[in-house]
Amino acid sequence: MARILVVDDSASMRQMVTFTLKGDGHDVVEAGDGVEALACAKVDTFQVVITDVNMPNMDGITLTRELRGLPNYRFIPILTLTTEASTEKKMAGKAAGATGWLVKPFNPDQLLATVKKVLG
Amino acid sequence: MSTSEQVNDDTASSESVHQNQYLTFLLGDEEYGVDILRVQEIRGWDSVTTIPNAPAFIKGVINLRGTIVSILDLRERFGIESVEYNDLTVVVVLRVKGTDGDKERIMGVVVDAVSEVYHISEEELKDAPDLGYAINMDYMKGMATVDEKMIIVLDIDHLMSLKDIDAMEKSGSVLTEG
Amino acid sequence: MSIDMSQFHEAFFEESFEGLEIMESELLDLDVGAGDVEIINTIFRAAHSIKGGAGTFGFMNVSEFTHVMETLLDEMRDGSRGVTQFAVDSLLQSVDVLRTMLEAARDKTDVDEEMVAERYATLEAILKNEGGEAADAPASSAPTQEEVSTAPGNNSGWKIDFVPHPDLLMTGNNPVHMFKALQEIGELSAVVNLDKLQPFTEGSPEDLYLAWELTLTGSATKEDVLEVFEWVEDECDLSVASLDGEGKAAPEPEVVAAPVVPAAASVAPAPVAATPAKKAKIESKQKKTPEATSIRVGIDKVDEIINLVGELVITQSMLDQAGDDLEALADSVSSDGGETQKANAEILLRLSKGLAQLERNTRELQEGVMRIRMLPISFVFSRMPRLVHDLSSKLSKKIELVVSGEETELDKTVMENIGDPMVHLVRNALDHGVETPDIRVAAGKPETGTLNLNAFHQGGNIIIEIKDDGAGINKAKVLAKAVEKGLVSEDDNLSDHEINNLIFAPGFSTADVVSDVSGRGVGMDVVKTSIAKLGGTVSVSSEEGKGSTFTIRLPLTLAILDGQLVTVGSESYVIPLIAIIESLQVDRKRINQVAGKAEVYKLREHYIPIIRSREVFGLEDDTRDLHDSLMVVVEVEGAPAGIIVDDLQGQQQVVIKSLETNYRKVETMSGATILGDGTVALIWDVNGMVNVHKRKLNRNTTRA
Repeated sequence: MARILVVDDSASMRQMVTFTLKGDGHDVVEAGDGVEALACAKVDTFQVVITDVNMPNMDGITLTRELRGLPNYRFIPILTLTTEASTEKKMAGKAAGATGWLVKPFNPDQLLATVKKVLG
Repeated sequence: MSTSEQVNDDTASSESVHQNQYLTFLLGDEEYGVDILRVQEIRGWDSVTTIPNAPAFIKGVINLRGTIVSILDLRERFGIESVEYNDLTVVVVLRVKGTDGDKERIMGVVVDAVSEVYHISEEELKDAPDLGYAINMDYMKGMATVDEKMIIVLDIDHLMSLKDIDAMEKSGSVLTEG
Repeated sequence: MSIDMSQFHEAFFEESFEGLEIMESELLDLDVGAGDVEIINTIFRAAHSIKGGAGTFGFMNVSEFTHVMETLLDEMRDGSRGVTQFAVDSLLQSVDVLRTMLEAARDKTDVDEEMVAERYATLEAILKNEGGEAADAPASSAPTQEEVSTAPGNNSGWKIDFVPHPDLLMTGNNPVHMFKALQEIGELSAVVNLDKLQPFTEGSPEDLYLAWELTLTGSATKEDVLEVFEWVEDECDLSVASLDGEGKAAPEPEVVAAPVVPAAASVAPAPVAATPAKKAKIESKQKKTPEATSIRVGIDKVDEIINLVGELVITQSMLDQAGDDLEALADSVSSDGGETQKANAEILLRLSKGLAQLERNTRELQEGVMRIRMLPISFVFSRMPRLVHDLSSKLSKKIELVVSGEETELDKTVMENIGDPMVHLVRNALDHGVETPDIRVAAGKPETGTLNLNAFHQGGNIIIEIKDDGAGINKAKVLAKAVEKGLVSEDDNLSDHEINNLIFAPGFSTADVVSDVSGRGVGMDVVKTSIAKLGGTVSVSSEEGKGSTFTIRLPLTLAILDGQLVTVGSESYVIPLIAIIESLQVDRKRINQVAGKAEVYKLREHYIPIIRSREVFGLEDDTRDLHDSLMVVVEVEGAPAGIIVDDLQGQQQVVIKSLETNYRKVETMSGATILGDGTVALIWDVNGMVNVHKRKLNRNTTRA
C-alpha cells in the first residue's frame, strides 16, 4: 500500500509500529533518530513519515522542519508521536510543519486508523 | 580407520516397527542382546584414550564425530577373561538413559562381534534365574531362546550406569594402589 | 486487528535496562547546583523512552512511576528547578526501584508495592515542596475544546462550513482525506465554493483557494466531526452547526495557536541546532554509541557459529599434517627427475600451498568469530562508580575511583560471570583496605583513598587489576588466623606471597566485626571458585601500609584453550598454558624428601612440591630417578607445584570438548580435546591433580 518511514529511538516501539503497519500491507523503513531518518528520506521516497519527538542527535520537531525543506516532502503527511497530550508539543510539531500527531500510548488499531486517515 | 553404520533413527514411527527387536552380539561363547532402538551405530575398534583412575571396565574415550564418548569393556564388567582387540573387534554405540532421571548419554561397548537382529516378544522373554555373584541381576532384562540359542537380554541403563564409579570413588578403591 | 504485544516485550526490557544504566551513570556525573543541561536532557530522554514504551506495552505501573521522575527531570532541564543532592540521590534510588519494577514485569513476579509507593511519595514531595510547580497529574487527554456535543439521538446531522486557509496543504493535510473520514461516520454531501479561486497566472499553485459547505447526516456527534478536523484547527475556519438548528457555531479552539506560518516560504531552513553536542568526558566513562551500526543477534546463533568454527579448526589441523606430508612427497617426486614427475610435484606443491592458505584463513576466521562474542569490559566496570559512591558514603570514607583499560574486550559469558567476584573484591578493598580519612591523614596519606581498576590483554588472557592505596594485608593476623583454622601449621615456611594469598582459603575471615559489607569469610574463596570456573585465577600482592593489588587472570574465551602438549605413559595430554609458570629439567641435587614420602624441589628460593603424574594416574614405573626429567611448574591456589611428565610436545590451541556430556566429571581432568590426528587428548585440571596427589600422599603416609 504505502511506503512509510518510522522514526523512534526506542527499538521496541519501532518494532511494534513496523509490525503493525506491515501487517496492514504497508512497506516500512525504520530509523533510530532524525539524522538517520533524513538520510533515508533523501535516498528513498515515502508516502508517510511517522516520527517520535524525543530522540538523540536530531529530534522529531527538527526532523519535520528539515523534511519540509526537501522538495519531495513538502506535502507528504508527517505524523509526530508524542507522549504528552499537552497542546504545547502538538503545536510545536504543527509549527514545524507536521500534518498531525498520535498520542502515546496508542494501540495498533489507532495507529492504522490514523495512517488510513492520512492516506485517504 | 574405523567404519561405522547408523542403525536407526529414533523416530516415533520406527519405534513401533522396531519394538521388541534386539541386536545380539557375541562375547566369548555367549550371545547377548540389546534393545535395537537404543543402538545408535556400530563401529570398528580403534584406539581409545584412557582415563586416569577410572575403573578397569571403562576402557577410555573416543572421538565420535567431534563428541567425546566413553567405551565400556563388558568382559571386565562381567568378569570374563579379556582378549586382544583387533580389526574384527566391534564397538556398539548405545543411547543410555540414566537410572534416577539422569540425562541421556552416548556410550559404547566393546564386543567380539555383532550377530543378528531378532524379534523377541514379551512372552518369549523369560526371567533369568539368579546366577549368584557371576552377574549382577540388575543388568539383565531376561533370557530368551531363539533358533535353539540362548540369548541373554541386557538392561542397558543399569549395565552402563555410572553410579558404580561414584560409589567406588567414594570408597577410595578406584585409585590403584601405588 | 489484534496484535500480540508480548513479542515486543523482550526488546522493550532490553532497551529499558540500558536506559536505566544511562540514567544512573549520568546522574552520578551530574554536578549539584547548575547541572549540565545536556546531561539532564540525556537522563530525561531515557526516562521518557521508558515511560512511552511502558505505556504502549501495558506496564502501567512503570509508566506512572517513570512519569513522576520525568516531570522532575523536565523541571530541572528547563531551569525551573535547581539540581540538589537530595533530588539526585532520590532519583538514583528511584532508578533502583524502577529496575526492580521492570525485572518483576519481565519475570512476571511481584514487586514490593510498599517500596514503590514510598519512593513515589518522596519524588512527589520534592515536586510539591522545593521550587517548581506541582507536578501535573499524568497527562489526560486533550481537553482543549468545550463540550458542545448535543445529545446524539436527536440530531439528524451537521452543517459544516469548511474554509481552509491557503497554506493548509503545506501541512500535508488533504481535504479529500478528511471528507473520506467524514464519510465513515455518516452520509456526506459537499458543495464546493470557488469564490476565492485565482486565475492560473496569479496566486500560487500550492495554495488552496477552495472552500466547502458540507452536510453530514447520521448519528455522528459533534465531537466526531471536530475530531476529523482536529489537526487543521489553525489552518482553517470551521463552523459546525446542527442541521436541526440547535447550538451555534463551535467555539474557536482555545489552544494557544502558534502564528500561522504564511505561504510556501514557511519552511525556513532551520539550522540543525538541536543536535546536542556530545560532552567531551575527560574521565574514562563508557559512552553509548548510536545503535545505527549494530544489530542484535541471539547468543545461541553466535555460539552455533563458534562451535562450527571450532570443528573447522580441528579439521584444519588434520589437513595441516597432510600438508606437511605433501610437501615432503613433492620433494621426493621431483627429485626423481622426468617431466611427468616434475609436473606431479607441481600439483602436490600447489595443493600444499593451498592448505597453508586454508590454515591462515581458518585462523583468521576463528579470531574474527571469537571477537563477535567479545565485548568491552566497560559493561562490568560501569557498575563500579555507583558502588563506590554508595559504599564510600556508607563507610564514611573518601574514595576516588580511577578506571583504565575499560575498552579491553573479553568474552560475553566470562564478563557476565566476572561481575559479582569483582564487586566483592571492590567491596573488600573499600571495607578492609582503604582506611578512614583520619587514619589516612595520621599516616601521612592523602585523605581521599584511590581505587584503581585496570584491564589489559596479556598473551591470550585478560588481566584485571583492582588496586587500592589502603592499609595492605596484615600478614601476622592472616597467618595467625590460618594457623588457628588449621589451614597451615606454624612451621610451614611460607613466603609473604603465600601468606597473603591465604585469604582465598575456604572459611577465612579476619574481620574483627563481621561487617555487613563483606565480612563473614565466605567471600574470598567463593570469589576464587567463581573465577576458577571461568578458567581463570586470582591472586593478591600487598604491602602493609601501602596497599594491595588483586589480580584476576582470565582466558579470553571459554571454548578455546592455549595448551601445552605433554606425554605421560602412552597418552598425550594438554596442560592449559594459563596455569603454567615455567618448564624445566630436573636437577637431582635440588630434590629433597620430606616426612618420608613427599618430595620437594628447590626452585630458586622456594621449595615446591613434586608431583609425579604417573603416580597420580596410577601407572607403573613411578619411582624412578627424576634427574633430567621434565617438570612443568604450575600455579595452583596461588602456590606453585612441579609436575613431572615424560615428554614435552608442542604448544597449540585446542578446542575444549566436554567429558561430562557423555561420561562424567573426572577429578584430574577439566575436559578433552580432539587432536589433529583425530585422537582424543584429555586436558588437565591442575587443581584436581594436586588434590589427588595429596590424597594419595596422605594415605600412603598414614599407612606407613
